[in-house]
Amino acid sequence: MTIRELIDTGEFETIHVGERTDRSITKPFCCDLLSIAMGKAPEGCAWVTVMGNMNTLAVASLTDAACVILAEGVAPDEAAKQKAIEQNITVMKTGLPIFEAALLIEKRLSHEDA
Amino acid sequence: MDVITFHYTISPDDFTRAGEASSDVKSKLKKMGVTPEAVRKVAIAMYEGEINMVIHAKGGEITVHISTERIEMVLEDVGPGIPDIDLAMQAGYSTAPDAVRSLGFGAGMGLPNMKKYSDEMEIHTVIGEGTTIRMVVNL
Repeated sequence: MTIRELIDTGEFETIHVGERTDRSITKPFCCDLLSIAMGKAPEGCAWVTVMGNMNTLAVASLTDAACVILAEGVAPDEAAKQKAIEQNITVMKTGLPIFEAALLIEKRLSHEDA
Repeated sequence: MDVITFHYTISPDDFTRAGEASSDVKSKLKKMGVTPEAVRKVAIAMYEGEINMVIHAKGGEITVHISTERIEMVLEDVGPGIPDIDLAMQAGYSTAPDAVRSLGFGAGMGLPNMKKYSDEMEIHTVIGEGTTIRMVVNL
């Protein structure tokens, strides 16, 4: 599933559409500690987190995450929105808990493999 | 062999700009056609160092030397120094203040991640004078 296809599912509310939306999502990734995400976020992941600050976007960019999904109804602050635009990263949000949001992505991805 | 050098000044306590130097190096390396794996290693190792300088050391200077064989990052600060490097290298050990933790940092993974993502790493630190860290990613 590409970033564009995930956006088009309408499951999440889009905050910013970044570059390379034709990129494939490798897997969902859940983590709220940026220091851990920095070392562990898999390349091309859909990163689900409740940390809606600009440093999340910096880490997403540096680890080459495909997109960021803010869970639990968290909205990015203004600085984070700016960073998303600057770094051209796709950011979405949802009222779902982290696990459920990630599960939804995982189901879509495993459905493709089936 | 030509070596290209880039230099960055890291501002203290400025989390709005933390990561800009690493992002800049990342995009330059990508344009130079460096492999995605090496770009990722440099980006992660340097970002962790940059964040450490912002949190602990009142900023500092980063110099990046790029050749066809290796990327060398030298991070110099005039911060408090690291009293016990072995302890600081342990995953999970952190002295970051609460305000920094609330931003999602301070999990004690900075130095361990720097070591993990670089092929060589040396730390020179003097209490009260500062710390210099040299990291190399081989191409």
